[in-house]
Amino acid sequence: MRSQVFEMARRSILQTLRQPALIIPPIVFPLIMMAINTGGLHAATNLPGFPADTYLDFAIAVPFLQCSLFACINAGAALARDVETGFLKRLAMTPIQRAALLIGHLGGVMVVSLVSALIYVAVGFAAGMNFHAGPWGVPALLLLAMLVSLAFAALGAFVGLRSGSGETVQGFFPLFFVLLFLSSMSLPRPLIEQDWFRFIATYNPVSYLIEGIRSFIITGWDAEALALGFGIAVIVAAAAVAAASGALRTRLVRT
Amino acid sequence: MTILPNGIEVEGLAREFKGGVRAVDGVDLTVEPGEIFGFLGPNGAGKSTTVLMLTTLLPPSSGTARVAGHDIVREGPAVRRAIGAALQEAALDPLLTGREHMRLQTTLQGVPKAERGPRGDALLERVGLMEAADRKVRGYSGGMKRRLDLALALVHRPRILFLDEPTTGLDPQSRADMWQEVARLAHEDGVTVFLTTQYLEEADVLADRIAIIDQGRIVARGTPDELKAEIGRPTLEVEPAERREFEAVAGVLARFGTPVTARPGATAVRLHGNVDQLADVVRALDGESLTVTDFRLHAPTLDDVFLAKTGRKLEGGEPAAEPEAVSA
Amino acid sequence: MTRFLQVAGAVAWRSIHKVATTPQLLLPSIVFPMFFFVAFAGGLSNVANVPGFDFPSGYTAFQFVFVLLQASAFGGVFTGFGIASDFENGFARRLLLAAPNRLGIIAGYAVAAAARATFVGILLFAVALLTGMRVGGDGVDLFGLVVLAYLVSFTATLWSAGVAMRLRTMQAGPLMQMPVFLVLFLAPVYVPLALLSGWVHTVAKVNPFTPLIETARDFISGTPADAALAYGIAVGLLLAFGFWAVRGLRSAEAAGG
Repeated sequence: MRSQVFEMARRSILQTLRQPALIIPPIVFPLIMMAINTGGLHAATNLPGFPADTYLDFAIAVPFLQCSLFACINAGAALARDVETGFLKRLAMTPIQRAALLIGHLGGVMVVSLVSALIYVAVGFAAGMNFHAGPWGVPALLLLAMLVSLAFAALGAFVGLRSGSGETVQGFFPLFFVLLFLSSMSLPRPLIEQDWFRFIATYNPVSYLIEGIRSFIITGWDAEALALGFGIAVIVAAAAVAAASGALRTRLVRT
Repeated sequence: MTILPNGIEVEGLAREFKGGVRAVDGVDLTVEPGEIFGFLGPNGAGKSTTVLMLTTLLPPSSGTARVAGHDIVREGPAVRRAIGAALQEAALDPLLTGREHMRLQTTLQGVPKAERGPRGDALLERVGLMEAADRKVRGYSGGMKRRLDLALALVHRPRILFLDEPTTGLDPQSRADMWQEVARLAHEDGVTVFLTTQYLEEADVLADRIAIIDQGRIVARGTPDELKAEIGRPTLEVEPAERREFEAVAGVLARFGTPVTARPGATAVRLHGNVDQLADVVRALDGESLTVTDFRLHAPTLDDVFLAKTGRKLEGGEPAAEPEAVSA
Repeated sequence: MTRFLQVAGAVAWRSIHKVATTPQLLLPSIVFPMFFFVAFAGGLSNVANVPGFDFPSGYTAFQFVFVLLQASAFGGVFTGFGIASDFENGFARRLLLAAPNRLGIIAGYAVAAAARATFVGILLFAVALLTGMRVGGDGVDLFGLVVLAYLVSFTATLWSAGVAMRLRTMQAGPLMQMPVFLVLFLAPVYVPLALLSGWVHTVAKVNPFTPLIETARDFISGTPADAALAYGIAVGLLLAFGFWAVRGLRSAEAAGG
């Protein structure tokens, strides 16, 4: 089982490394947007009740979510491609265990997400981020970021396996993109003026994922934010992994 | 059912899909150890569905089958250990190299670590891909992909090999290379080969025995020669040297067979006997001082067999008119 | 001239028809601008309360202008994708062979992009009014705004066409899109220029798009606008990228399409 997981993870990483379009945009684009927004929305820090001194501190959490979005699409697209090309049938002919296939594949995607997350943390510190959670906060933040990545990657895997179509997986990108925007991505929830927008952001689980990561930076150890962030990440990740497993069971039919 | 450790035994195998479509409708067949068994039929006949069931990737709706002595439903893992399969799609990862495919396959098949590299290289060498081993598969030609596909199916030294339309889309040279390799596997290595194809020539050249499937049912089975002999008689087509001698030539031929439709400028008959009559025909033409520019013998083909059994041509798939009897 | 117009008309008709009858092409063109408008105007409206933010028509109008110009620009980029696709599948070669005046091909694509921008602009305007946007400008101001939007659309189309005709592959997509994206976003997107800070402020000050968006916002709010500068820049960019697109066409011709 271990060697099976390792080989599937290795393959997943190789696939990503050999497609520069899957590496550079997920890492670079969120940082560009963050840089733009940091300068463009710095004035928002002057709003009464804004919880951070700099917009950088507020916004640095967003790239982690954007990276998860790309992980979602990459994981789903790769599995959809395996279905379309028949590669999944080839794997079905081997003694590979379903769990190894899924864990290995998601593991490979997570390794790429981890590298991205480390880059974001490094860039944040280099740009002057005030990290209130102290040294232990960094691994804890990375843990939460990886859970979020796992959740989205598993969701993408579910869509990819269920549909067997790369186009369908790509079609989910706008949906997740919308979820990201209709959250507390750009302003804290209490400062969102429009009631309907604040309502959506309040019930949007993505808000709590962002706020959980953000809390390490702007607050330190915020029990409520972390409980909600980790809790939702774990629930979504568990549900998504279960859904992906079920989809894989259907796809990897063998007697 | 006799249990053949390196063979395949199928009894009443059927598969029904949603909407009541019976893609495979009660197939019975036996594949003897070490033989190349050809499974021939047009698109949509049920060939690939049968292969998917026998390779345990699709549960049957009814019927039984034993592959390498193991039941395909109850002993799936044992079946998979004994077989290799190169299915209809080449099923390769375009981003991995040939060698990386080998590494993945040998690991997943449980080949001992020390043997993975050497075995992989040996197989790549065998299929002529050593030079391209470190290139990504997306740069491979169709023939190269098929060869890699075959090599991957052989990683764990299976006793039985399933090849689902292995030469579809390949150029003539690649097809010939594939045929050579399949023949070598069966005749030198003793691997039992179950080969599906829609190409008559492929079945004719490679297979020791053939089953022809149409609309989910087997319509004929036997060796290629047996099947053709069952149908029959060869057709002789002759083109007179002089147009004014056309009627005379047609008259001579009509003594030896039933006139049938010929190409423009020629006359043809289906011989009453077999090719032994040719000498008599030549003597008869010579006896009446008739000269010809073209003299063709058409032996029955598997297409003729399919036509006789189903009323349709196998290649082209259109319902074909029987060659018309032409009055001399 | 007649041939030019004929070719332009034919190419424009085909592009418009293709987008109008292909949901995968039409829907994103409509949905994304609407979504951005809703997200920016709705989610960030409190930014208008930042000290020093004094835009007379309110944040909805402030963001409407940006989204309108963004939609116009990206309509041009998406048209560029279509041009690249036409080259990749060989259709462009057919156009080059058939068109008696090849400049009409570029014009046709530009007209199609403008038609797309018109459709989206009208929808966006309707949605903005329904959500309570205050329009301070009069008919002349709004006309000025519309002209600016068209100039942005044509300029983005010509830029994308030039890239598409040189590279002749869909893989050129990011190359068309990224510069436009950066030009749009390195401008006063969320707040006026005076409230930007750091390097973004520095870049926005020299970004040619900044005078365009500021003038466009002046038009919608009915405040005095430095129209000459904005139109000067817009026309200058249009001419520059027109030249760029024509050179791209020549490059495609030399390569045999």
